[in-house]
Amino acid sequence: MNNSVYLYILTAAAVIYLIRMLPLTLIKKEIRNPFLKSFLYYVPYVTLAVMTFPAILSATSSPISAWAGFLAGVIIAYLDGNLFRVSLGACAAVFLVSLFL
Amino acid sequence: MEGKNNRQEFIQGMQAGIPIGMGYLAVAFTLGITARSIGLTPIQATVMSFACHASAGQFAAMNIIVSSAGFLEMAVTSLIVNLRYLLLSSSLSQKISSKTPFFHRFIMAFFVTDEIFGISAARTGYVNPFYMYGAALIAAPSWELGTFLGASLGSILPVSIGNAMNVALYGMFLAIIIPPARKNRFLAGLVLLSMAASLLFSVAPVLSQISEGIRIIILTVVIAGLAAVLRPIKPEEEKSDE
Repeated sequence: MNNSVYLYILTAAAVIYLIRMLPLTLIKKEIRNPFLKSFLYYVPYVTLAVMTFPAILSATSSPISAWAGFLAGVIIAYLDGNLFRVSLGACAAVFLVSLFL
Repeated sequence: MEGKNNRQEFIQGMQAGIPIGMGYLAVAFTLGITARSIGLTPIQATVMSFACHASAGQFAAMNIIVSSAGFLEMAVTSLIVNLRYLLLSSSLSQKISSKTPFFHRFIMAFFVTDEIFGISAARTGYVNPFYMYGAALIAAPSWELGTFLGASLGSILPVSIGNAMNVALYGMFLAIIIPPARKNRFLAGLVLLSMAASLLFSVAPVLSQISEGIRIIILTVVIAGLAAVLRPIKPEEEKSDE
């Protein structure tokens, strides 16, 4: 099985790299089409929002601590916005709440 | 001048890479534990993490390995599960200055994870490749280390710490999407709609059968497409973004 494991890994890695590399190298110029331009501008917001919620609610062993992490993250992001502080704040909220569960 | 700027960007990238690394460590532990349970050695698991840097993609790949399916099936599954990177990389392509030497795109592509993409997309103006490299220097080894530890030791973190670290990446996503949404009502509505639709897809009877990878793509294409129709970005928005 050992050799084929590395072949499997190579296959997955090659496909994943191509998916990431092709758009970066084939779209060399600034896109002028207003629709496509706007679409690509909105992509990060939609994708990251979709990935965050509701997945964050099942990221910890209890929905209560997960909600605490989510709300802390939203509030700190709203007030402050610093990546590190938001991330750490969400972690701290989960940790503190899980002490009482 | 240019070199000094690159160095600053690299250091800023490393700073942004710290919370990513924390989250990666936690997620990669689980990945490593799964790898161990299907019979991969810690080295194999770590090589996979180094080569792929994709959490859902790697879980899917391990599924294929354990079922001894063919290589074609591995390729097709990898394509479907990781298809969202096609959208993310297309979006990122518009954030690279024409002055940035072309070869950087081949290296940057290796590090288009959701998180490194996220912090890069959040930069005002063009992304300096060295910003991504700085973040990758901190984040990527955490991914490999977490995988290795998970595969060789199992979970070594107390549950409370592991739980807390698991939300680090989501916290980062929030820090990327909420501050701009605060200043722009349309973006705020877009974020809320995206979350609501994602919730619907995860609980509704038929929709919840759709795999997460496909769900992300469908919702991104539909909602970002809708947003582009309803409110094409104006030139001044681009400027404030550049």
